[in-house]
Amino acid sequence: MTEKKVIEMKDVWVRYGNQIILEAVNLDLDKPGGLLGIIGPNGGGKTTFLKILLGLLEPYRGSVKLFGKTPEKSRDLVGYVPQYKGFDYDFPISVWEVVLTGRLSHAGFLKRYGQEDKGAALKALETVEMLEFKDRQIGQLSGGQRQRVLIARALASHPKLLLLDEPDSGLDPHMQDELYRLLGRLKKDMAIVMVTHDLSAVSVYVDKIACLNRKLHYHNSKEIPVEDLEATYQCPVELIAHGIPHRVLGRHKN
Amino acid sequence: MFELLQYSFIQNALAASVLASIACGIIGVYVVVKKIVFISGGIAHASFGGIGLGYYLGINPMYGVLPFSLLSALVMGTVSKKSKIPEDSVIGILWSFGMAIGIILVNLTPGYASDLMTYLFGNILTVPRLDLYLMLGLDIIILGTVCLFYKEFLALCFDEEFTTVQGLPTQKLYLLLLCIIALTIVVLIKVVGIILVIALLTIPATLSRQFTHNLKKMMLISTLFGGLISIAGIGLSYAFDLPSGATIILVLSLVYGLVSFVKGRLDSRGFGSGSRA
Ligand SMILES: Nc1ncnc2c1ncn2[C@@H]1O[C@H](COP(=O)(O)OP(=O)(O)OP(=O)(O)O)[C@@H](O)[C@H]1O
Ligand SMILES: [Mg+2]
Repeated sequence: MTEKKVIEMKDVWVRYGNQIILEAVNLDLDKPGGLLGIIGPNGGGKTTFLKILLGLLEPYRGSVKLFGKTPEKSRDLVGYVPQYKGFDYDFPISVWEVVLTGRLSHAGFLKRYGQEDKGAALKALETVEMLEFKDRQIGQLSGGQRQRVLIARALASHPKLLLLDEPDSGLDPHMQDELYRLLGRLKKDMAIVMVTHDLSAVSVYVDKIACLNRKLHYHNSKEIPVEDLEATYQCPVELIAHGIPHRVLGRHKN
Repeated sequence: MFELLQYSFIQNALAASVLASIACGIIGVYVVVKKIVFISGGIAHASFGGIGLGYYLGINPMYGVLPFSLLSALVMGTVSKKSKIPEDSVIGILWSFGMAIGIILVNLTPGYASDLMTYLFGNILTVPRLDLYLMLGLDIIILGTVCLFYKEFLALCFDEEFTTVQGLPTQKLYLLLLCIIALTIVVLIKVVGIILVIALLTIPATLSRQFTHNLKKMMLISTLFGGLISIAGIGLSYAFDLPSGATIILVLSLVYGLVSFVKGRLDSRGFGSGSRA
């Protein structure tokens, strides 16, 4: 039996108006587990890249397959933690209700949430240590606590592919460390793609690294060639690399 | 006072205000939390085209409004999301377009358009029995839809993008919500009229928000508020011979101002904070 590739992106181009945001992006992720870190400068296209995987945006050229299907058809297998939480924090919804919305793809249209859904939501809240806040209104949490709730919402659906857009922003060092450990545990059961600006975390916790700035530099390894880093951030490597242990940095061998 | 209740027009008015407050109490909460007050106002005003249509065809204008308001909901919902021009401009254009159609049609209708003012400004003291049945039917449809789609609507209003990612047809759900708002507007027309509908959709719901952080409780509280205040408004308008729709809105606004003021005072003194459950 051949496993379907988790992600198969072929020659993907994206533009807003006539500005090209992603150019000829290819990515194959075939293992059903592991943590891929994506780094890149502001405006490099990282969020856009995740939105392509989620089927929220269409590439104008190229193809995207998740588990051998289109992104729209594989939504029950994908979990998502967005970067911009542009929603209204005064909204009358509790932490518990927010996490339950992570079960929508499983609960069935027009049905009430069942025991299985509630169990999954409970477990997810436990995982991020937020169970005691379950009845709070979402606006009555700190930024970091909210972030954890959104992670729980993504986990509640038991995804096979978890996409996280800067999940570590706004977390205190303890919680950040907890998050990375959690992802370290989760990556045994699911493939994880995490966008981050925290280069030192990247070097410790991720299995593979990709650099994204319009083009995706990815070598199926944990080493980032210095040329790639410089091309991505367009500045000398010394400025970027202080967080990265030297074993992560490599030179192209050509 | 109680002998008033013998009059059938008073009985009808009370029934109408109860039916109206159920619809606006529940749907107004969605309008407020999803911040679609403007598009709802647009649907309401564009529905005037349906009133004109009713007069032109010589049928009960309520049966003209019903399809017309649904149509405006669908057109506004679709065009405002799809088009390149900003959403509020699109709404503004369709808003006046619908009204213009109505005015032209009323003008083309031979004879005097009796009761036209009731549709614009409402007159709860003249609601005929037949309209009550229509309101009841619409209330049942509105309640049924909200019960069926409760969790979907909640997710849609809170985080549309995430709801899409969960594989739900968010655009269709949004259109459904707008259609339910259109039906609510039809229920409310006889009470306050097209021009003032938006007040009934927003004030009770906004008021209820000051007391709870739970959507279902908000619906309950705003229904109660709406009901009590409409009944008080009917009493005042009868006693002082004032237009009922405007009186209800006036009472609503005053109560809203008063509650906000008192609550603000209490909260700033450290009472009341966290009193929202
Ligand atoms: N809706 C939009 N319309 C037009 N341009 C857009 C839109 N969204 C993003 N862009 C552009 O696309 C580019 C990539 O944006 P994206 O949000 O993917 O960057 P990012 O790598 O996630 O940045 P950050 O690190 O700041 O989150 C940016 O140059 C941005 O200006
Ligand atoms: Mg981003």
